[in-house]
Amino acid sequence: MSKSPEEEHPQKAFGWAARDKSGVLSPFNFSRRVNGDNDITIKVLYCGICHSDFHQIKNEWGNSVYPMVPGHEIVGVVTEVGKNVTKVKVGEKAGVGCLVGSCGSCHSCADDLENYCTKQILTYNARYHDGTLTHGGYSDNLVVEEHFAIRFPENLPLDAAAPLLCAGITVFSPMKYYGLCKPGMSFGVVGLGGLGHVAVKFAKAFGMKVTVISTSLSKKKEAIEHLGADSFLVSRDQEEMQAAMGTMDGIIDTVSAFHPLLPLILLLKNHGKLVMVGAPDKPLELPVFPLLLGRKLVAGSCIGGIKETQEMIDFAAKHNITADIEVIPMDYVNTAMERLAKGDVKYRFVIDVANTLTP
Amino acid sequence: MSKSPEDEHPLRALGWAAKDNSGVLSPFNFSRRDIGADDVGIKILYCGVCHSDLHSIKNDWGDALYPIVPGHEIVGKVTKVGTNVEKFKVGDHVGVGVIVGSCGNCETCKQDLENYCPQKILTYNTVDHDVTKTYGGYSDTVVVNKNFVLRFPDNMPLDAGAPLLCAGITVYSPMKYYGMTEPGKHLGVVGLGGLGHVAVKLGKAFGLKVTVISTSLSKEKEAVERLGADSFLVSRDPEKMKAAMGTMDYIIDTVSAVHLLGPLLGLLKMHGKLITVGLPNVPLELSIFPLVMGRKLIGGSAFGGIKETQEMLDFCAKHNVTADIELIKMEDINTAMERLVKADVRYRFVIDIGNSFA
Repeated sequence: MSKSPEEEHPQKAFGWAARDKSGVLSPFNFSRRVNGDNDITIKVLYCGICHSDFHQIKNEWGNSVYPMVPGHEIVGVVTEVGKNVTKVKVGEKAGVGCLVGSCGSCHSCADDLENYCTKQILTYNARYHDGTLTHGGYSDNLVVEEHFAIRFPENLPLDAAAPLLCAGITVFSPMKYYGLCKPGMSFGVVGLGGLGHVAVKFAKAFGMKVTVISTSLSKKKEAIEHLGADSFLVSRDQEEMQAAMGTMDGIIDTVSAFHPLLPLILLLKNHGKLVMVGAPDKPLELPVFPLLLGRKLVAGSCIGGIKETQEMIDFAAKHNITADIEVIPMDYVNTAMERLAKGDVKYRFVIDVANTLTP
Repeated sequence: MSKSPEDEHPLRALGWAAKDNSGVLSPFNFSRRDIGADDVGIKILYCGVCHSDLHSIKNDWGDALYPIVPGHEIVGKVTKVGTNVEKFKVGDHVGVGVIVGSCGNCETCKQDLENYCPQKILTYNTVDHDVTKTYGGYSDTVVVNKNFVLRFPDNMPLDAGAPLLCAGITVYSPMKYYGMTEPGKHLGVVGLGGLGHVAVKLGKAFGLKVTVISTSLSKEKEAVERLGADSFLVSRDPEKMKAAMGTMDYIIDTVSAVHLLGPLLGLLKMHGKLITVGLPNVPLELSIFPLVMGRKLIGGSAFGGIKETQEMLDFCAKHNVTADIELIKMEDINTAMERLVKADVRYRFVIDIGNSFA
């Protein structure tokens, strides 16, 4: 008979969990494994709320196991290290993103692409090597294998940097992989939410000319004056879209809702690249003619490997890039989820776990 | 008032043209421009019948300017060169492919990618710089700017080499551009027609493992025993498709009919590339999840620039890659087109122009 969440591991833990697909979160006692030789223990300070958390607590992807403690944009202070650990020391700051395990031996793992390992273990709602369910960062502490911890540079504000661990790497990885990171390039960002606003910041740091493409004109002022975008296109404005045809080297599309690809493909220059990081759950329509006639491509990308996540954090520290956040107490989380459903946040909620998570 | 096709240029020419969207071809008197300082005059010996010819004469793409003399897989002999022409001399064997002109000034042209120049001039059915229309290779002669003429390798058979000028470059160009040439990697070729069979041969020449993916089991023996494919996958067999999931590094999709992309994406390994060179006339359904979860890409490509077309011809000559053809006379072209509609050809018709126009 399997043990209860409180008893399955030796160390007490406390967090907020969803119990069913209503997605309502509430206090939850559970436990963490003993800190092994290759592990570190982190006292959680902040955890970002990712849209994936929203999808998963409501079982929108059909694979949710309850009770579920979400959260994979975790930053905290190291409180214990195993004897083989060299990456961080007790007292230093560390982060954990979307992954806490992988097979370690496949081609993907060998290439530092644990995010494409078929046996990857997600930070929450996944089965760990010992068969127990992983629980995420809406909690007071976690134990993680050293390999999957991210060192946090001193100069990065912890709360505003937490979202980089998912949102940041999700846009940084494909921008590098697909070569959409060269000074002078013209780059489009579709959707101005958690992913989109970070993409704008990285793109400016790469020296690119950035255009935000959005359905809402209301976001224009913010995009240009606050985020530093060079221009703004309202995707429903056919004249504007037509005038911008063939002007972009690359576009990152962060939108998960169903939307037409043709207008975006037409915005690309010849040999341009449209990278999808949002995942609409219904198929989209791919017009083939414009891909051929302009030698364009449509590609996907999913988070990033640990090595490149570290690289991304270091890059962000160097260029002072953090997310724009709204810090909330733990007990606001259900309201935050309701607002997230309406896109009512600029641009990421971050839970002040250390100061507000009380049993 | 514009002149008739016979009168608009000084040199007489004879070809076969489609006059309307029935696509029926018949003899057609027209004319070619004089050989200018930068031009090469060519007596045509062979011309491949490309599926695009069929689409054009039937106005499938809505841009037909009748009468259309199709043909952009042209091989012939140089009869005259202009004073500025240094690369070619009378008697040389040369080829002409899909384009005969471009602006020469844009970024694209400067990168030797004339095929993406917004002002490119196609070998047929396009309005040329001098405002007359271009006529293609189903004819006895052609006059082409020296920059758009290809040197035909000495050891390459003229008839079997002709289809390389479109089919060959159409698969070679994306294989190079998208990095699909690493020896030992696994290439899937969807569709075994004019493009597909050349893709198999090129794939083997690059040292790849090649699997043909087709709707028809009947093509298996041919694909494996004669074309040299390593294996064959029937796309309508769900079990076989499932067993092959995640095994291919690259796929070239040559199919123009509407078909499912999902199962093809499933065949790709992580970071795999699906390149489409066929032209379905309606959008295809695309699930984004598999692209995102496997970091896969779908790209397009349209024939190739002149420099890479020459490179492709030289590569094919070195590796003895030519098309598998059925040689026909010009007067049999309408029957050939009917058979092409039914894909009843292994794998390209080539018109024996030299022996058709007496």
